[in-house]
Amino acid sequence: MTSDMVVVRKEGLYCVPGQFYIDPWRPVERAVITHAHGDHARGGHQHYLAATPGVGVLRSRLGPIHIDGLAYGETVVHNGVTISLHPAGHVLGSAQVRMAYRGEVWVASGDYKVEADSTCAAFEPVRCDTFITESTFGLPIYRWQPQQEVYDDINAWWRANADQGRASVMQCYSFGKAQRILSGLDPDIGPIICHGAVQTLNQVYRDSGVWLPPTVMVADVEKDAIKRSLVIAPPAAAGSPWVKRFGDFSDAFASGWMQLRGARRRRGVDRGFVLSDHADWPGLMQAITATGAERVIVTHGSIAVLVRWLQQQGLQASGFDTEYGDDEADDAAPAAPEAPAVPEAPAVPAAPAAAPGGSDA
Amino acid sequence: MRDFALLYAELDDTTSTTRKLAALENYFSTAAPADAAWAVYFLAGGKPRQAVPTKLLRQFAIEYSGLDDWLFDECYHAVGDLAETIALILPPPAQPNEIGLADWIELGIAPLRGADPDSVRTALLLYWDQLDTRERFLLTKLIGGGFRVGVSRLLVTRALSAISGQDSKLIAQRLMGWTDGSVRPTAAGFAQLIAEHSEEEHAQRGGQPYPFFLAHQLDREPATLGDLSRWQVEWKYDGMRAQLVSRDGRNWLWSRGEELITERFPELAVLRLPDGVVLDGEILVWHGGAAPAPFADLQKRIGRKTVSARLLGELPVVLVAYDLLEYEGRDLRALPQSERRAMLEELVASLQAQQGAPQLRLAPVVQADSWEQLAEIRAESRARGVEGMMVKAVDAQYGVGRTKNVGTWWKWKIDPYSIDAVLIYAQAGHGRRASLYTDYTFAVWDDVRDEEGGEGGGQRKLVPFAKAYSGLTDAEIAKVDHAIRRTTIEKFGPVRSVTPSMVFEIGFEGIASSPRHKSGIAVRFPRILRQRHDKTVEQADTLDALKNLLVAP
Repeated sequence: MTSDMVVVRKEGLYCVPGQFYIDPWRPVERAVITHAHGDHARGGHQHYLAATPGVGVLRSRLGPIHIDGLAYGETVVHNGVTISLHPAGHVLGSAQVRMAYRGEVWVASGDYKVEADSTCAAFEPVRCDTFITESTFGLPIYRWQPQQEVYDDINAWWRANADQGRASVMQCYSFGKAQRILSGLDPDIGPIICHGAVQTLNQVYRDSGVWLPPTVMVADVEKDAIKRSLVIAPPAAAGSPWVKRFGDFSDAFASGWMQLRGARRRRGVDRGFVLSDHADWPGLMQAITATGAERVIVTHGSIAVLVRWLQQQGLQASGFDTEYGDDEADDAAPAAPEAPAVPEAPAVPAAPAAAPGGSDA
Repeated sequence: MRDFALLYAELDDTTSTTRKLAALENYFSTAAPADAAWAVYFLAGGKPRQAVPTKLLRQFAIEYSGLDDWLFDECYHAVGDLAETIALILPPPAQPNEIGLADWIELGIAPLRGADPDSVRTALLLYWDQLDTRERFLLTKLIGGGFRVGVSRLLVTRALSAISGQDSKLIAQRLMGWTDGSVRPTAAGFAQLIAEHSEEEHAQRGGQPYPFFLAHQLDREPATLGDLSRWQVEWKYDGMRAQLVSRDGRNWLWSRGEELITERFPELAVLRLPDGVVLDGEILVWHGGAAPAPFADLQKRIGRKTVSARLLGELPVVLVAYDLLEYEGRDLRALPQSERRAMLEELVASLQAQQGAPQLRLAPVVQADSWEQLAEIRAESRARGVEGMMVKAVDAQYGVGRTKNVGTWWKWKIDPYSIDAVLIYAQAGHGRRASLYTDYTFAVWDDVRDEEGGEGGGQRKLVPFAKAYSGLTDAEIAKVDHAIRRTTIEKFGPVRSVTPSMVFEIGFEGIASSPRHKSGIAVRFPRILRQRHDKTVEQADTLDALKNLLVAP
C-alpha cells in the first residue's frame, strides 16, 4: 500500500509521484481542481489546473489566480505523471482527474452525475485500476426520475401558479443547479427572473456557449408581469426583503435531498423537487462498473455503506476521509459553522446564516 | 389512490394553511363520495389498526428489493420511516392502476388483517407493483397502522364547510364519532356529513359527544385579563378530559381523542343521569381525601380495558364536572359560561341529594378578591394535586376546538419542576426530524456505592432518568446535532452515546417513584426548557436533588 498513487494528507488528496493535490482544502503549491463548487475549489493555492470550460467560473469565484486550463482528454505530464481531465457531468467545467504513472491508472471523480444535461459536458466513464468516487447519495433510497419528468413537474407548478396570479420562487444553488433548471424551463409561461448571484453565473455559462432561456433582473420586470414570473434565487435569499417583494408567492426547493419527506418538511417550502447534480445509487454503481477498476476508494457521503456494499460485490474497497462534507453527508445534518461547505447545503430553514459559503455551493 | 396520494403530498409539503385548505377543497369536491368518506376518516385523525406486522412488511420489502438486511437498515436510519423507506427502495411499478382509496381500504387492506404470511406476501408484492412511490408510501403507512397527516381537524371541517355551504360548527358536530372506528366510512355517510341541516339532526346523534372546547396557554400576567369578576376560575386537574353523554337511558363516556371509554370506567357508566344530559369534566382517581391521586394512578386505570373488582376498589375514579353542554336534550353550548355553570350546579346538587353519587363531583369555583390573591392561592396547586388554574370568561360560549371566537378559556399553569441534567444518549428523530439527532436521554449524578453499600470514595456516575424530544428551536437542534456528531463515543444502531458535555434544564409536570426505572423515579411530560451554556457537566444536578422533589409540595 506504500505505493498508492493518491493518499490523503492534511491538506487534501495528494498524488505522491506527481507531487500535486486534488481539490485540497488547505493552501498548497499545486492544485488540480475538479470543479468550482466552494468545497472543492478554495482560494490560496499558488497554481491551479482545471478543465478549460471551468476556468471562467473559477476566475469569477476566486478572483485573480494563477490557473491553466486543460481541454478535456488532452494530457499534460507533471513529474512523470500523465494527467488528463474527463467530463464529470456535474457542473460546467467539472472533471474527473486521470493519473497514469508507470503503467498504473488512477481516476479521482470529484463530484459527478451520470445522466447528461445540456449545461455541461456529459459524464464519460474512464477505465482505470483504482477509482476514487464520491458517495453523496450512496444509499439505494436515492434513485432519480429522468430529468425531463422533473422539468415537466417544475413547469406545471409554475404554470399553475402563474394562472392564479402568483409568482413562483425556486430556491437552488446559483452555480450549476440554477442553470440546469433554467435549461429545462418553458419560457412561454412567463418571465424568468434571476437573483444577482445567479445572473452572474448565467453570464459565465452563456459566455461558454451554453444556451439558457432569456433571464432578467427583477428591476427590469413590470409589476404585473411579476405575478406570472418564475424567480430563481439562492436559498440564502429566503426570507430576505429581496424575496418578500414577490408578495404571495409559492416557493420550491430543488435538490437531491428533497427525495426524503423529512428533508422536504424541514425546508418548509410548498414544493420540493428532486433534482440532483450527483449520481444516484444506480448511477454510482453504473459509473464504478464502467471504470473496470478493481479497487475503489470512497470519499464524502455514505462511505461506510458504499465500501461494505462494494466489498460484497468482490471489489477491493476502502474509504478516504475528506473535508468535502460531513461523515454522513445528509443535509439533515446541518452544516456546522466550522464545517466546510457541503456540496448541496443543509435543508434547515434557520441554517443559511450558519452555513457560510454553503448556500450556493 | 392517486388523487389521495397527491392530496397527501400537497398537505405534507406546504406549511401554508391557505394552500392546504385549497388542496382539501379541491379533493373533496372532485373525489368519489366513498373515497372522500375514507379521506375524511384519515384526515380527521382516524387511526386504522395495523393490518400487517412491521416485521413482515420489512421482510417482504427486503425480499422484493433484493437488498441485504443491513443495507435496508442503513436506508431506514436515513429515512426515519419504514413506509417511506419501503416506498423508495422498491423498483418502479410494472402494473399501475386506478383503484380508488375506498376499494384499496376495503378490498385491498382489510383482508390482510389476520391473513397467513404467505397470502400477505402475495398480496403485498402485487400491491407494491401497482403503485408509484407516493401511493406506495401511503398504502404501506395505512397497512402498517402509522398514518398521520399534517392537517388539523379544524381545517378538514373548514374545507367541508366550504364545499357544502354548511356552518363549520355543524360539520364539526357531525364529525364527532367519525374517527373512533365504530362507524365505517361510506358514501352515504359522506353525503350526510355535507348535507343541508335537518330537524332530525339531533335525534340521529345517538351517543355522540360535542366537539371539545380547548383552552389556550396563558403566557402573560393574568391581571391583563382585566376585571376579575368577568372570569370564572377553577382548578386545572391533571386527569383525563372526558364527556359523559346520557341519552336514551344509557351512558357513553368519550375521551378527548374521541375514543369511547365507557367500559374502562364502570363506575361512571352506571351513574344515573336524566336523559339528554352531556357533562364535560375530568376523570381522576380520588381516594376520598382533599386532593386527587397523582396521574400515575389514573394511568393504571386508563391502560385496562376490563377492570377487576380489586382495581375498582383500589383506584376508584370520579368525574369532576365543570361544564354542562346539554340538558333535557337541548344543546346549551351557546349559553354564557355563567348560565351553564348555574345549571350544572343545580343538576349536580339534585343528583347528589337523590342518589349520593360520590363518583360525580362538581369542580369548585375558586373565589378571590383580586388577581394577586388568586396568584397566592395558585401557589398551593401542587399540594392540592392540581396543575394550576383554569380561567374562563363568564360570558364565553362553549366553542369548538382551540378557538377564541365565542369566548376564551385560559389555562394558567404552575411552573414545571425543573432540574439540570446532562445529555448522554441521542437518537435520530422521525418524520420531519429524520436524520437529525433530536431525541435525547438525560442523566443526573449519582454517588457510586461500593459493595458494602458505603460511598464509593466520592465517585459519581451519570444515571439516566428521562428522555425528552421537544423544547428546542430548529436552530438550537442544529447546533446540538452537530455537537452530538462531534462527541460521539459509540453508535448502537440509530442511538449514539456521547461524551457528556452539554447541560440542559429539563422541565416536567410530575414525579413519582418507579422501581421499573434505573434511576428509581419516573417523571411526567419531560421536555427541554433551555440549554445551560453557563453550567459545566459537573455542575448538573444530582439524583438526590431529583428525589427531593418527590417530597416537595
